Amino acid sequence: MSLYRSTLAGLYKLLKKKEISSQELTQVYLDRIEAHSDLNAFVTVDRTRALAQAQAADARLHAGTGTPLTGIPLAQKDIFCTEGLLTTCGSRMLANFVAPYDATVISRFNDAGSVLLGKTNMDEFAMGSSNETSFFGPVLNPWDRRCVPGGSSGGSAAAVAACLAPAATGTDTGGSIRQPAALSGITGLKPSYGRVSRFGMIAFASSLDQAGPMTRSAEDAALMLNVMAGFDPRDSTSVDRPVPDYTRTLDEPLAGLRIGLPREYFGHGLAAEVGRAIEAALEQYRRLGAKTVDVSLPNSGLAIPCYYVLAPAEASSNLARYDGVRYGYRAPEYADLWELYSKTRAQGFGAEVKRRIMIGTYALSAGYYDAYYLKAQKLRRLISADFASAFEHCDVIMGPTSPGTAFEFGSRSGDPVAMYLSDIYTISVNLAGLPGMSVPAGFDSGNRPIGLQIIGRYFDEAKLLNVAHRFQQVTDWHLRVPEGF
Amino acid sequence: MEWETVIGLEVHAQLLTKSKLFSGSSTQFGAQPNTQACAVDIALPGVLPVMNLEAARMAVKFGLAVGATVNRRSVFARKNYFYPDLPKGYQISQYELPVVQLGRLMIDVDGMKKEIGITRAHLEEDAGKSLHEAFEGLTGIDLNRAGTPLLEIVSEPDMRSAKEAVTYLKKLHVLVRYLGICDGNMQEGSFRCDANVSVRPKGQHAFGTRAELKNINSFRFVEKAIDYEVARQVELIESGGKVVQETRLYDSQSNETRSMRSKEEAHDYRYFPDPDLLPLELDEQFIKEAALGLPELPDAKRERFVREYGLSAYDAEVLTGSREMADYYEAAAAMVPGQAKLAANWIIGDLSGYLNRDSLGIGDAPVTSAMLAGLVCRIADSTISGKIAKDVFDAMWNGEGDADAVIGKKGLRQITDESAIERIIDEVMARNPKQLEQYRSGQDKLFGFFVGQVMKATQGKANPAQVNESLRKKLGDKPA
Repeated sequence: MSLYRSTLAGLYKLLKKKEISSQELTQVYLDRIEAHSDLNAFVTVDRTRALAQAQAADARLHAGTGTPLTGIPLAQKDIFCTEGLLTTCGSRMLANFVAPYDATVISRFNDAGSVLLGKTNMDEFAMGSSNETSFFGPVLNPWDRRCVPGGSSGGSAAAVAACLAPAATGTDTGGSIRQPAALSGITGLKPSYGRVSRFGMIAFASSLDQAGPMTRSAEDAALMLNVMAGFDPRDSTSVDRPVPDYTRTLDEPLAGLRIGLPREYFGHGLAAEVGRAIEAALEQYRRLGAKTVDVSLPNSGLAIPCYYVLAPAEASSNLARYDGVRYGYRAPEYADLWELYSKTRAQGFGAEVKRRIMIGTYALSAGYYDAYYLKAQKLRRLISADFASAFEHCDVIMGPTSPGTAFEFGSRSGDPVAMYLSDIYTISVNLAGLPGMSVPAGFDSGNRPIGLQIIGRYFDEAKLLNVAHRFQQVTDWHLRVPEGF
Repeated sequence: MEWETVIGLEVHAQLLTKSKLFSGSSTQFGAQPNTQACAVDIALPGVLPVMNLEAARMAVKFGLAVGATVNRRSVFARKNYFYPDLPKGYQISQYELPVVQLGRLMIDVDGMKKEIGITRAHLEEDAGKSLHEAFEGLTGIDLNRAGTPLLEIVSEPDMRSAKEAVTYLKKLHVLVRYLGICDGNMQEGSFRCDANVSVRPKGQHAFGTRAELKNINSFRFVEKAIDYEVARQVELIESGGKVVQETRLYDSQSNETRSMRSKEEAHDYRYFPDPDLLPLELDEQFIKEAALGLPELPDAKRERFVREYGLSAYDAEVLTGSREMADYYEAAAAMVPGQAKLAANWIIGDLSGYLNRDSLGIGDAPVTSAMLAGLVCRIADSTISGKIAKDVFDAMWNGEGDADAVIGKKGLRQITDESAIERIIDEVMARNPKQLEQYRSGQDKLFGFFVGQVMKATQGKANPAQVNESLRKKLGDKPA
């Protein structure tokens, strides 16, 4: 098997045994990124910086002070601030923004000694499910270049799927790790809200945003989460709970595991081929000793309207700082302060971002606040309560990650609601703050990947990874690589 | 028609924390622009606020001092509006659930006591400053102040005159400084006031339409601005007009208020709970510790001064005007048993005069409480007269040592030897035969002239009572 198709765990062994150096490994991926630049998976690649980091990592490996990720090249979503490097968030607004500090996620990877290959393309301000809203153009799905890779972490998904990086980070506000993981055939984990620090991660909707790993396997996701997770005093919403070693429980047997199947996730709107693949995956789990139970999430039909009030409301406020005054884009011509604001924001933001700012501003306005924002907060509590009741009867919940597989460019960009429905199964997990994963579970007739979603109890990431890992021990969906890569 | 004024005040007190409300930047006043603004303060992408608990402690102290409810749980909200000195595009404040609610402050106006309700006090961050003067055609932004903690103290509309409003404001000003939570510096904007003013026909229960007055940042301006505004509203209504709800700016140059924006133009701030911050939860222990840190409050201290030192209400009020003043007084009084009143007079009189003249705070006075006590002792034991004491005080102020040193060095000891005084009187009489004759021929008012001459001859050192007595004796034995 080619080196670049290896998992993190595999690369770790090679680096440790000195069969390859981090510099060599980094060079391999940098070359692949260049060779496949047509995918448009990266916004920024800094070879010099990457190779310097690799050199430092080699010294550390040589000195025997490495960690499991020392010397491993990684791709970081361009939503994480990286000191001295462009951080665009997929927007014209920040197309010139060089962050003067590192996000906590970035400094944790730096401390672990991993190498930053580059910053991956994404939907503008993480608003989108197709990567089509990026100011830097769409990312192509390596499985089918006519199709989207999913979004908003589309660049990270495509990079891992095409083996341009062994692993990447993503962020997930309504499905932005899991949906692109599903559509690009990789493993993606959105941790519980509060598990990973949001400091330095450019905010879309603060109460929903969460960073997580996008990898080739559940084991790799565990290795990544070991580095990413943990309390950060700079993020008041990060939770001060001990971080287990997520790799230690990967092999726990699944005998007796109760898998909840929410009937709402298997109804109208689900593509037949996706449904069949999920059914087959569940059958696999039964063979592993798990049993399935029917559960209900009665309010899940309200998740999308609830989300599309709360997320835009928070976004309308979070994005107010992009005003052209202190950094980022500023309109070249303006007559007065208000024109500076309106032109800067009209020119600096794309259509989807503006749509959500308008929706959010409206939902928070005097006279509408109670009807929209407060009502949505109530729905959010109901959705959380649904999960709590369901988890009385099961240990994990499973279903499809997305109702369909990767769709063609332009096929939904004119119809926001059709686009939003792509996240119908993932959004409620963010609203409830729970951990959720997507693991490869097959392909449709067009050879486009299908993702199985696994949802866990609050802070039960170890269980999710265990459940996903056991599945990957007996399946090879996650090992498939698109043709030409 | 007779009109009644209704006033409520909103005071912004800048809290004396070392660092900002949600970042580690310093809050020091007067630094070079933008040198005290970190990534959080300038709202770089990705930064997050972290609550400074010291600010909460100060808010709790205030709450306890005004007998308010301290909420165990309060919530930070975002107040959204665009302005260049507001880096995030929103201000983090407390909206529906403030940390302090329902307190009160007693004021005393012309001997009448009145309770002023405090609706709420909440924590919020300050904005930066827009500098319009120094830049040709441009506006400068200084974000040093951005994120500085403020306690916004909102009163009930309980005040009925500008005088009451100023009294309340002064009382609040003394209180926050006592608590050590605000330096009260109005020039630097650490203690700012907005006033909601309306009028209604006397006897009417419903409130009139109010105007909010801004930019009234001295006690004097508060009074003047309110008086102007009341007159404007009354005149408007009496001439058939209507007061509109609006924000008005006070111009101290022209002493008038001008419309800034109407209710229709008012911002829709789109408040909602800040998702970056957890609700502020304060436990019993935290509140208890804050209570232990409370000093003796001004009212209690004033009453004690009257009781313990036998001071008049007025003297006690002045001496408890600040904690430093009160401490100075108590230290001095302790060193001059039985002369507490005399010590009070010197502090309220000469010391305060000198402090004002030199723009010094009492903490910087060159005459310490021990030096002042030394002076009072010398007056009390008749070593010097009250008049000479003024010269001694001036010398002490100028660094010439304590009272005994100055008296010794300058030979200011009072002359109390009767024969010495009589000798001087004889000399004065001998030098002024004409006046003596006139006096003896019935011009009684010349008595003062002789007193003056004797005092002049002794450079003021003669004991005045003795001079009077001896003079009367000597001059009195005139031929019948």
